[in-house]
Amino acid sequence: MPKDSGIGASSKRREDVRFLTGKGKYTADISVKDQTFAAFARSSVAHGRINSIDIAAAEAMPGVLAVLTGEDFAEVGGNPAGWLITSRDGEPMKEPKRSPLAIGKVRHVGDAYAAVIAETAAQARDAVEALDADIEELDAIVDMSEAIENSDNLVHDEIGTNLCYDWGWIEDNKAAVDAAFESAPHVTSLELVNNRLSPNAMEPRVSIGDYDASTGDYTLHTTSQNPHVTRLLIGAFVMGIPENKLTVIAPDVGGGFGSKIYHYGEEAVVLAASKKINRPVKWVCDRSEAFVTDAHGRDHVTKIELATDKEGNFLAVRTETQANMGAYLSNFATVTPTFLHGTLMAGPYKTPHVYVNVKAVFTNTVPVDAYRGAGRPEATYSLERVIDKCARELGIDQLEIRRKNFIQPDQFPYTTPVALVYDTGDYDATLDKVAEIGDLAGFAARREASEAKGKLRGLGISTWIEACGIAPSALVGQLGARVGLFDAATVRVNATGSLAVMTGAHSHGQGHETVFAQVVAEKLGIAEEQIEIVHGDTSKIPFGMGSYGSRSLAVCGSAIVRATEKIIAKATKIAAHMMEADAADVVFENGNFTVAGTDKSKSFGDVALCAYVPHNFPHEELEPGLEESAFYDPANFTYPAGAYACEVEVDPDTGEVDVVGFAAADDFGNVINPMVVNGQVHGGVGQGIGQALMECVVHDGNGQPLTGSYMDYAMPRANDVPSYVVDHSCQTPCTHNPLGVKGCGEAGAIGSPPAVVNAVIDALQSGGINVTHVDMPVSPSRVWNAIQAAK
Amino acid sequence: MYNFDFVKPSTVDEAVAALADEDAQALGGGQTLIPTLKQRLAMPSKLVSLKGIEGLDKIFVDRGGNLVIGAAATHAQVAATTDYPALASLAARIGDPAVRNRGTIGGSLANNDPSACYPAGALGSGATIVTNGRSIEADDFFEGLFETALEEGEIITEVRFPIPEKACYMKFIQPASRFPLTAVFVAKFADGVRVAVTGASNDGVFRWSDAEAALNTTFDAGSISELSVDADDMISDIHGSSEYRAHLVKVMTARAVKAAL
Repeated sequence: MPKDSGIGASSKRREDVRFLTGKGKYTADISVKDQTFAAFARSSVAHGRINSIDIAAAEAMPGVLAVLTGEDFAEVGGNPAGWLITSRDGEPMKEPKRSPLAIGKVRHVGDAYAAVIAETAAQARDAVEALDADIEELDAIVDMSEAIENSDNLVHDEIGTNLCYDWGWIEDNKAAVDAAFESAPHVTSLELVNNRLSPNAMEPRVSIGDYDASTGDYTLHTTSQNPHVTRLLIGAFVMGIPENKLTVIAPDVGGGFGSKIYHYGEEAVVLAASKKINRPVKWVCDRSEAFVTDAHGRDHVTKIELATDKEGNFLAVRTETQANMGAYLSNFATVTPTFLHGTLMAGPYKTPHVYVNVKAVFTNTVPVDAYRGAGRPEATYSLERVIDKCARELGIDQLEIRRKNFIQPDQFPYTTPVALVYDTGDYDATLDKVAEIGDLAGFAARREASEAKGKLRGLGISTWIEACGIAPSALVGQLGARVGLFDAATVRVNATGSLAVMTGAHSHGQGHETVFAQVVAEKLGIAEEQIEIVHGDTSKIPFGMGSYGSRSLAVCGSAIVRATEKIIAKATKIAAHMMEADAADVVFENGNFTVAGTDKSKSFGDVALCAYVPHNFPHEELEPGLEESAFYDPANFTYPAGAYACEVEVDPDTGEVDVVGFAAADDFGNVINPMVVNGQVHGGVGQGIGQALMECVVHDGNGQPLTGSYMDYAMPRANDVPSYVVDHSCQTPCTHNPLGVKGCGEAGAIGSPPAVVNAVIDALQSGGINVTHVDMPVSPSRVWNAIQAAK
Repeated sequence: MYNFDFVKPSTVDEAVAALADEDAQALGGGQTLIPTLKQRLAMPSKLVSLKGIEGLDKIFVDRGGNLVIGAAATHAQVAATTDYPALASLAARIGDPAVRNRGTIGGSLANNDPSACYPAGALGSGATIVTNGRSIEADDFFEGLFETALEEGEIITEVRFPIPEKACYMKFIQPASRFPLTAVFVAKFADGVRVAVTGASNDGVFRWSDAEAALNTTFDAGSISELSVDADDMISDIHGSSEYRAHLVKVMTARAVKAAL
């Protein structure tokens, strides 16, 4: 019997009641008394010199209260990169200053160079059109190779190069890797593009800056996955506001996928403008703005080589990647292609030699940063595609080549040549499982049926691993992180036994309110309904690094467990006092404290009441009240892994690809809520199918975006994805966190793109069409072009 | 959007009068115009809604056997008809339910988007576009990208579709917009076959006369197997090259013929 509450139960998502009935409270729903509205003047050219901005006409427009330009921010700090990367030559990365509004130059279409504050949003927008900006268009830097070679035309003149860093991982491996390639019996090589994606959260970004002149307090309501990080960035780096004077509130957040991790200039502008005019300032991003201002994802160009023996045993992997940073360094831009990408290039395989080189490049395009998976999809795609190609070259079955190279269960903990220590896993188990649930044995018959309809059917396999539960602070500090990556929680037991749990993790759709309540309910033996989850407000929660990197449960969930354990420890002492027993003899089980060997019993509620009405209370030993906090810093990353099988039908006449089957067998360690995990996998796989077949941000040679709306940016819809078959019964619990959980939020987006593309290649090959690679998105026209080229 | 005046006349004559003002713009279902206004890409002084004119959305079969569709009939209304299944099927596949419940046949034809569905249906059927002042044959109505034979202030009132013996609309969608990347409307009448192509050409909807001639001889997909489509005037963009679109014209035509049988 499945459980109906607590850990392991598919408790219904309590937040969905308000989300699905239109009662969610998002930032745009907030109206602050006397609020005004901001609109931004954004560059229409990708690269230009700002000769002058005449604001007089705009200032004279009806309702206009203030006009701000980059000069208003000349004295404040820049929006920093969160991670310092050191190049192969030992030099630190190049880090140009990023002002909230552009100063001197505009560097991408959409780059904001002025803001107008007015009584209404329409007045602000009208006044933006009245601004007279003399912006001299410069040649745009779009192509990454040209950007590296061309030192005359620079995105940032002051750093003297378009190369942010040239990183090697691990530099000491390089000679051994090169030697392995020299002597390898077989080398498979593949050049591929990991396409640039627009995050497209359903809720566009919104920020309301509210300065109170009477107290000097700033409040920022904003769409954020991590309000404390935003407060830290604004307070300590950009605006110089002490943390006690800045509250950041992110209420319900309608999706983020990474794009709402970062601090954006608009947040600083509404705060500064609010102080300037002494009224609240609200900005609501529209979809067109979102396309050119939300940090994009991916955008790698990679050459990967795989050295093997004739039997397909992996000997070495070598990659060279150009990673597009866009025009500025967004907060996590520098770590995504390095420590979230290069460190994963071993995959779940025992490849002895691995070397990764990444060149990060500035271009006149929208900044790129972490997007669902962040570096790990890029690593997985490169690796799983080159393995697929290698297997074809050597005539080895796709499952077999993976099996013979898997790290074996008895090899854990396993140190990879790219410096991660996998704690546990069983990669054959998930591959066996996907073969079962995907009915791979029946594939041949399904292929025959497709062929009878004139379609080519392909099967694609991907066995993926990722490092998440980000991250051990001491380790990431050594690697260049400028923040710690612990998380925190406070468990507040109310006098009548109900609870509020304040969490540093902040849901932007994941279901924290349900799942965290399940964890606490299980530990305390009380009903989930008695537990309220509080998040998203720096004035209410202790601290937190937020939600990204599939970390909420593994890191913040662990903090919640630790805080709950402290509650139980204190409550046990109180109960012992109440029952006149030795605390060592008190047992806490199913929400009741009992004394072993007696019929004495106190419920959790009785003890809570005693803590707040402490008439009969061990005052000499304990303080009254029942509230505990815990900070949890993980000992290691967690390493979820899995095996995906995708089946496609390709229409050889049109190139159209139809995903007709998708099976996912994942090892997420222990699972708290199977239904929520299913939802996370469904969403992630949907995003991965979107990347594989449909989505791509395209800029023309002048840096003009050609995909600035849904008319040209192809988002997957329900009828573009199949009914998934999902399993997470293969569980090797994480060895170093108290719940044994690994994280599931990004898995689908990491593991699925190569499965889809491998399936397309398999389909084409089955029709005798010798196509070895098609770059994502594998659109009908690209497939058709590949078929024509193969003829 | 910018400010504009809004009127909703109750007769065609009042609408025509309202449109006489400088920069006045007719508003059908607004499925193209409203997004354009929201992006501040148009600045009409006045919007003249055609949704308040009684009877302008009527749909009936006239004594000549033509399906007559009022200009203000929505795609959803046309999709619900049974007299001309291929045309109903075309309407049922435009956009999504929200678009189909707002968008009108008159608005679509007057806009003449090179990737819209209705121009292929009208041209492929040899329909007659009736305005407040005259009747225009479909062959004379479409004059290139977003260009039609309509005069300034002229309003489409209804569209008369002869009902063919067999017909089919075969659409290959552009993956983002879901408009046709290339779509073909094939209709077989007693006096000949018409093949209209949308989404493909730089000049908007057009008739593929070679295919019509071949299909007039034998109405069979095999009849066009030796034909090819000139890619020179085809649209080329991030969703497909001109060669790809030219290829799709042939594939979609063959499939339409096959499905119409």
